[in-house]
Amino acid sequence: MSLNGNPVSDFGLLDESQSFWQKLRKTQTTQIFLVLVIICAIFSFLAPDSFFTIFNARNMFINIASFAILGVGMTFVIITAGIDLSIGSILVFSTVVACKVIVSMGGQGWGASMGGLAACLVTATLWGALNGWLVSVASVPAFIVTLGSLSTVLGLAQIITGGIDLSDATDVMVDKIGFGNVIGEVPALGVIALIFVIFGGVLLHKTKFGLTTYAIGSNIEGCRRVGINVNRHLVYVYALMGFTAGVGGYLSLCLYQQTTIAGQSSTALTVIAGVVIGGTSLFGGYGSIFGTMIGLLIPIVLQNGFIIIGIVPFWQNVAVGVFLVVAVYVDNARRAAAEGGGRSLRKRSLKKELPNAKGNK
Amino acid sequence: MSYVLEAREIIRHYGQVEALRGCNFTVEAGEVTALIGDNGAGKSTLVRILSGTEQPDSGEIIIDGKAITLSTPADAREAGIETVFQDLALCPHLNAVQNMYLGREISRSGILGKFGFLNKKEMSTGSEAAFRDLGATVRSLKASVGSMSGGQRQSIAVARSAAWASKVLFFDEPTAALGVVQKKNVLNLVRRVRDKGIGIVFISHSMPEVLEISDRIQVMRHGKVIADYKSADTNLEELVGAMTGRLDGVNN
Repeated sequence: MSLNGNPVSDFGLLDESQSFWQKLRKTQTTQIFLVLVIICAIFSFLAPDSFFTIFNARNMFINIASFAILGVGMTFVIITAGIDLSIGSILVFSTVVACKVIVSMGGQGWGASMGGLAACLVTATLWGALNGWLVSVASVPAFIVTLGSLSTVLGLAQIITGGIDLSDATDVMVDKIGFGNVIGEVPALGVIALIFVIFGGVLLHKTKFGLTTYAIGSNIEGCRRVGINVNRHLVYVYALMGFTAGVGGYLSLCLYQQTTIAGQSSTALTVIAGVVIGGTSLFGGYGSIFGTMIGLLIPIVLQNGFIIIGIVPFWQNVAVGVFLVVAVYVDNARRAAAEGGGRSLRKRSLKKELPNAKGNK
Repeated sequence: MSYVLEAREIIRHYGQVEALRGCNFTVEAGEVTALIGDNGAGKSTLVRILSGTEQPDSGEIIIDGKAITLSTPADAREAGIETVFQDLALCPHLNAVQNMYLGREISRSGILGKFGFLNKKEMSTGSEAAFRDLGATVRSLKASVGSMSGGQRQSIAVARSAAWASKVLFFDEPTAALGVVQKKNVLNLVRRVRDKGIGIVFISHSMPEVLEISDRIQVMRHGKVIADYKSADTNLEELVGAMTGRLDGVNN
């Protein structure tokens, strides 16, 4: 074993054999980003006057704002190998609470708006933390816990309101946030979402909190053995998910001026699909915020583009479904290649993925 | 006699089953102590208790002459006790450095550190030093550990535990899943850790391996350590005899 003599000289062997660009090209995020660019290029070509405009970009920016914020939380949850199906219900419940607080604080002005915001965020965070507690401490599978709270939390919101949407958003919220611009044509909703996305990206990729999130998704038992407080971290992660649902809820309250009791049943699935399309592994340990944003943008760009070029927008559902399955197939193939060392499998999976992706367009 | 770790009269029940019935066990610094015994003899229970994963019903754990309570794995690590498990306790998606500092990450100094920003450079330098120190063969600091061979992963696991252990290092069947060459490498690592003055407990079912690596061999049977041999003065027959109880009459 010549390696034994001077092991450190072998450091970086693997890194040098593949250049930065070679590695980048192989990641799912890059592939899916290219798909997005191609989709945008096609729509711009087919409808240059209406797709590639500031007005349309602003429109899509607003549409994605709420999903993007939810996507930040969901990326953390899925990287821990968890899932949260309940975010739509949490979102609804927290906006109902926000409306009640706004009314009790006078119904108008910045004071009531901020009071509503605080109530919204606290409520949503607590529901998230409860989910996290049940998942980690009580050891109930995340799928079951959040399926339960999906139903329970929505039910409670319906009991409080009698099933009728509340429309108690203040004028300030609607004018300054929902339809407001920060500068020029830059929408406040989009800027708030962008801040959260950047914050989430830094938290996930640069801090100890983010690294622990990856580690738990990668090997939860190994984390327990080295003394990481896994249960506490999972409560934090699900609480963060709840918090982002609260922010998303408040923003939707600003935009739609009312709660959306019946309108959030597919929110969780849309966000989960976006996260998975963006390359985050449902098995945990792998993923990125950037990928999630691309994964969320694809359905929104498709829907927008289909409407503009006159294709029945329902085709968006068909395309997103296909994307989702292909994305998970690629993820599986990559994990098999990484664990089994089967380089040929990896190449095979890449080749298969490309024709499929083209078929979607 | 001054032991770095001493367990006295440890008793542990699981319901009606008495896994440990007054077990005494000692580890000296700078020595490899093999712990052997048939399945169900209580080895794993003893290791779990001494690494803080489980608590004894009664008995004393003494480290450097001081009685100590190990309520959690964190307590054990604080006391300088680390464990290398047979199923690797590494995170396959993380790289060697991230695994090395798992749960003990170094933060940046100043405000950024308060927010939990990581000092990747210092951790990278520290890992490199730790691997070089042991002569561990690590292909890359940046590649995910899951893409490496079993032997390399076990090298990283050993290096991690060795770097943090200041008193005692448990090896729970560290070579069970490895090939011949990798086994040899791990045994070499064990010797190097011992030479740093750390007390090593080596648990294995492979008698030739035990005889090769250890300085002292303690045999468990029915929840007790029933024999304590110098490796140089014993042989395969005697060890197997002690494990299976053929020598019970002789020892008592």
